[in-house]
Amino acid sequence: MSNMIDVKNIAADYESMVKPDKVHTSLYSNPEIFEEELDKIFNNTWVWVGHESEVPEVGSYKTAMIGRHSVIVSRDRKRNIHVLLNRCRHRAATVCEGKKGKTKSFMCPYHGWGYSLDGELRAIPKPEEYEGVFNKSELPLISLRFETYQGLIFATFKEDIQPLEEFLGGAKKWIDLFVKQSGGFPLKVLGDHRFRFPGNWKIQLENTTDAYHFPIVHKSFVSSVDEQTADIFDFLDGEGHVEDLGNGHSVMVMIPELVDLEHDLEAPIPERFQPLADELTAEGHSDLEVRRMVRAVGGSGFNLNLFPNVACSMAFFRVLAPVSVNETEIHHVALGGDGAPAAFNQMRLRLHEHFQGPMGFGTPDDAEAWERVQKGSQAGSGEWILLNRGQNHLTTSPDGNVSGAVCSETGMRAAYQQWKKMMTA
Amino acid sequence: MTDLSLLNQVTAFISIEADMLDFQEYSEWLELWSESGVYVVPVDPKETDFANTLNYAYDKAEMRRLRVNRLLSGEAVSTQTTDKTVRGLSRFRILEDSDSYVTVRCAMYLSECRHGNLKSYPADVTYKLAKTDNDFLIEEKVIRLQNSDSYLSSIGYIL
Repeated sequence: MSNMIDVKNIAADYESMVKPDKVHTSLYSNPEIFEEELDKIFNNTWVWVGHESEVPEVGSYKTAMIGRHSVIVSRDRKRNIHVLLNRCRHRAATVCEGKKGKTKSFMCPYHGWGYSLDGELRAIPKPEEYEGVFNKSELPLISLRFETYQGLIFATFKEDIQPLEEFLGGAKKWIDLFVKQSGGFPLKVLGDHRFRFPGNWKIQLENTTDAYHFPIVHKSFVSSVDEQTADIFDFLDGEGHVEDLGNGHSVMVMIPELVDLEHDLEAPIPERFQPLADELTAEGHSDLEVRRMVRAVGGSGFNLNLFPNVACSMAFFRVLAPVSVNETEIHHVALGGDGAPAAFNQMRLRLHEHFQGPMGFGTPDDAEAWERVQKGSQAGSGEWILLNRGQNHLTTSPDGNVSGAVCSETGMRAAYQQWKKMMTA
Repeated sequence: MTDLSLLNQVTAFISIEADMLDFQEYSEWLELWSESGVYVVPVDPKETDFANTLNYAYDKAEMRRLRVNRLLSGEAVSTQTTDKTVRGLSRFRILEDSDSYVTVRCAMYLSECRHGNLKSYPADVTYKLAKTDNDFLIEEKVIRLQNSDSYLSSIGYIL
């Protein structure tokens, strides 16, 4: 059986488990591989932890995960952002619970050690027993290196990693385009849907640039929208494409006419957004302002997949957090405009609820398919996951990147090549 | 003093609604609603401004109809794998009573079985019911799941 791979001796064999056109099925289910992924990938690259709008004010904080590490993103009194390990320096209890909030400090519930918003250790109950043992300045919350791009905050455990912008590389252009969808206002996180599915994190990673599944899995969503919108989502035979952007990143353009939301502002207003346009006009917004908001309200016509844990996916951020080899938590982060008219943000929220989240008309069907992938992948002994769709019809994009049809598996191949590079480093 | 007659009436109405949902009589369920009614499953259980915040579901009449169509169409694979839901409602308390409306809060214990896995979704449910000649119509139903602020799994039915 030449296809069999000795899974007990995988450590040196990632090279043979990731081929240009397929990956070995144990990548979904081997717990040893999962543990090594946390170390070699999640501890070794830039991981998305939030958007600046999630910590808008002095004292704002949110929590996030980098692999198994709980971290806090906070904004201090000087309005600087920090990414801190959520772990008391004394006996390791978390100092912050909950998704987000506002606070003056982080207090350990166990022995009462208090930390400021920038992580500095400020208060120790009964400090006299520490006299001559250590100085408070030696034990701040552990601070992670982070950098931001267009408000997206990425943190890393790898101190000597390349600068974020270098890592994002060809993806930067697409992030610039993505943030245009707040209708002329600063992009703002409006909330998120969180759900888990019993499957490996890479199944979700693949899905962001998988147009092939859309008309099958999302038939009931397409049936729930008007004809004009259904036509827009009928993109498999359209002019879209998938492009390998390097470093595991890729973009899938489904709706080319919605790539740049500041272009074609004179285009006719889609029927489904006419009531919104009328409402905004009645509120006194200029024709240009109304057209800018209406064009942006449905989001961008592409999914940008950033390796390993975030996607700028049409109208929202898709964030994945690996829980175990066969469990993954997904956040669908809704976006709107900071200071935008209520009608604009309400429409963004309603569109998000329509498709996304555990009660949306799209996500539950995705989750069902992914669960079945995980279950099915246990069958057989040493089978492969095929990633060869469209590999004989590749072209070079205007930016000089490998590009395939919109329903090709170009983006997945890009992600797995980065996976292999990091796992064999 | 609790108006036991009114409490009985609303309990009977809400029990029938629950039975319709557990036995997937979705078209009949739509008839229980006022045209202006809103069905809400908020993310933040403390939230009261549903229109301006993110919910798991925020369905006015048209979205309720579309949701039912989706569940009945057979097109959505996730709706085919939940065998059945069983929900029990209890702890009914009338919060407000006027000539036109009665507002009731109760506890819901719902269990689902998907792919052979039993899972439960306890929730506080608040109904605002419009009084009609002999019965009620739902003006607002808000389902505050106990774990709504954490993470859920796919929900392929109506809570």
